[in-house]
Amino acid sequence: MSSATLKHAAFVLRGNPLTAIAAFATALLVVLAIIGPAIVPYDPTASDVAHALEAPTAAHWFGTDQLGRDVFSRVIVAARLDLAIAASAVVLSFALGAVIGSICGYTGGRVDRAVGRFVDVLMAFPLFVLAMAMVAALGNRVENIVIATALINLPFYIRFARAEVNVRRNAGWVEAARACGDSHLSVVLRFLLPNILPAMAVQISLNLGWAILNAAGLSFIGLGVKPPTPEWGIMVAEGARFISTGKWWLVAFPGLALMFCVLCFNLLGDGLRDILDPRMRT
Amino acid sequence: MTEPLLRIEDLAVTFSTRRGPVEAVKGIDLDLPAGRMLGIVGESGSGKSVTAFAVTRLLDAAGRISRGRVLFRGEDISRASSKTLRAIHGAAISMIFQNPRAALNPIRTVGLQLADALRAHRPLSDKAAREKALELLKTVLIREPEKRLDAYPHELSGGMCQRVMIAMAIACEPALLIADEPTTGLDVTTQKTVMDLIARITAERQMAVILITHDLGLAAQYCQDVVVMEQGRIVERAAPEALFRRPQHPYTRRLVAASPTPTSKVEDLVADPEYHVPLPPEPLREKPAAGTPPLLEVVNLVKRYNHGITAVGGVSFSIGAGESVGLVGESGSGKSTISRMICRLIDQTEGEINFEGQSISGIPADGFHRSPYRRQIQIVFQDPHDSLNPRFSAFDAIAHPLKRLDRLSNTALKERVLDCAAKVGLPANLLDRFPHQLSGGQKARVGIARAISVRPRLLVLDEPTAALDVSVQAVTLQLLERLRREDNLSFLFVSHDLNVVRMMCERTIVLQNGCVVEQGESRRLFDAPESEYTRTLLAAVPHFEGAA
Repeated sequence: MSSATLKHAAFVLRGNPLTAIAAFATALLVVLAIIGPAIVPYDPTASDVAHALEAPTAAHWFGTDQLGRDVFSRVIVAARLDLAIAASAVVLSFALGAVIGSICGYTGGRVDRAVGRFVDVLMAFPLFVLAMAMVAALGNRVENIVIATALINLPFYIRFARAEVNVRRNAGWVEAARACGDSHLSVVLRFLLPNILPAMAVQISLNLGWAILNAAGLSFIGLGVKPPTPEWGIMVAEGARFISTGKWWLVAFPGLALMFCVLCFNLLGDGLRDILDPRMRT
Repeated sequence: MTEPLLRIEDLAVTFSTRRGPVEAVKGIDLDLPAGRMLGIVGESGSGKSVTAFAVTRLLDAAGRISRGRVLFRGEDISRASSKTLRAIHGAAISMIFQNPRAALNPIRTVGLQLADALRAHRPLSDKAAREKALELLKTVLIREPEKRLDAYPHELSGGMCQRVMIAMAIACEPALLIADEPTTGLDVTTQKTVMDLIARITAERQMAVILITHDLGLAAQYCQDVVVMEQGRIVERAAPEALFRRPQHPYTRRLVAASPTPTSKVEDLVADPEYHVPLPPEPLREKPAAGTPPLLEVVNLVKRYNHGITAVGGVSFSIGAGESVGLVGESGSGKSTISRMICRLIDQTEGEINFEGQSISGIPADGFHRSPYRRQIQIVFQDPHDSLNPRFSAFDAIAHPLKRLDRLSNTALKERVLDCAAKVGLPANLLDRFPHQLSGGQKARVGIARAISVRPRLLVLDEPTAALDVSVQAVTLQLLERLRREDNLSFLFVSHDLNVVRMMCERTIVLQNGCVVEQGESRRLFDAPESEYTRTLLAAVPHFEGAA
């Protein structure tokens, strides 16, 4: 980060305070995810049947669920798991996708065509169904949710990296790097990848929201994280049974938490795009 | 005195930027009578294009006319409504742009686009519009005009696209044509035909023309009046002959001195004593002993691409130690392909490349980075901006080959980088900057410093100054010449600019369609060319010293 980049970021944030708010909210989310279990008022898994299904009160801000567990504590503690699943899935698909896509974009030819068809096949499936099938086949574990989520995100990263590298592969500085003694591989890894990172960062941020929804969705339909682990998707699924009797707080608060996360990441992604887009600089 | 067609009074254009308002044109006055061609010359940032855009009111959103008047046929159009402007655009004032291919709509045929231009100002039936379009294509001398009418822009060459643009510009018979660098990026022979065409058509139709160009020779050859702009101001206005023979303003004098002519020498390019650094004398080279191989020997080099296109068809030449050899030719002549094969960035299909008598053509380009010869052959690229990694500072860029090829690090690395920067005249405090924070000339210096940092024996210069302003080009050429004389470097100087090559190279090779047409000592080759093609090339170069 040069000082010019920081100056430019400050300029964009001044003109677009929403990005600043989103960045702040994202930071808050991350902090909550880290220290959440230590600060919540109740044990998220301790049941208290005497106080089951109570509406929000001063003692239980978000009410209690059918086993009398504090919904507020559960929503906060769940942030860690949900964010961890989404983040590791996105990091995994980004790392793989960026390298595979860059190599395809740089070399072109047979490798590029083969990978391209593989990506096409992958994208031809309804992605959520594909993730369901994978978790069902591999076993109902957190790692498998991560792998499934990573795999269905992979095609986007491959295509994105491929396109970004493709427009730069004939740039003068790529040839210059080779004249300076770099091999093809090192040109891709040390020159092209760093140059497409800013653009990929936008993709990562937008993708995180999607990955969270995906992980929660898998848990919602009973694949992935198992109860009584606090997780937003399970909480929504469990609370859905009581919504017809007017116990809205069981679904509303984890649902709002999900929405808040996705919104933050999307707003942040839009802001990042403005900050990193060189055409915005004058 | 009759009212001139166009009169500009105290025109100022201001752009609002993040750092506050910036005045790009600072109050200029101009008169243009009907039927005359006026040249506006200047370097990048001089405000010449902004002036043109202000006259046509095509400034982008950030810019506005802050002061002054633009009188067209006596009427002030500087504050005219967009409705009035629509009636004027095309019908009374039209414009042609630098990059003709980008100015044409890629998904509509040439005929339809011409018809659009015709219909913008008067109703015409499909058939009548097509007939008129055909007539226009004939006027701009496009061969097989019936066929071209249904062609898409990508099916035409750059020169043909520019002719189509001219046809569109004259479609409604405007009184004023503004040509903004109409031939930049075109080959000299194409440039000549396009400029001749503009001159003839506008003379026939009594149109006034504003020719905006950075090329003094071009302005001198075609314009009746020339104004020189510097930083938003007109510094001098005169007839071309007077202007270039006896430039009055110091800036014009500098510009004229920096423009290479057939008689100029590298030593004289920089007239300004402030920047003038005397060149070391040409070193005396001993005649190499008989039997010593030349530094570089290229034998029967061929490059064929898979789809059957032969880019280079059997080229042979050699370069001695300390010698500078020019490689000239138009686009598609194979000069870039040859330079990349010699640099071992791409493989040749056939032929031999010998460096100091050792064959290096056997080493595949993919593995050449490991070869000890990698450091001996370095390259300076055409576009100094494009050839620098946007994420590397100037220091990183120069350090890169030293790290890779010389395995230097820490203090040794820092010393060498500072050394190289000093050698190319790059101030050390600029080394932390990134490419977008450097000027064109500074980027060119970084590119040269990077190439010479590993002390190569042969430097391939691929149009090293094509993207630079003439004054920056002058300084850069002097720098290259000094490096060659000091370090006994050999140059392969690839260029389309014949005057530059004549000045910089002892021998010259003329290429056409991948084959050598003529090669020999520069002085002989330029004074008495043997081949018809070389003569055509030389005749197409615009001159201002003989302008009359």
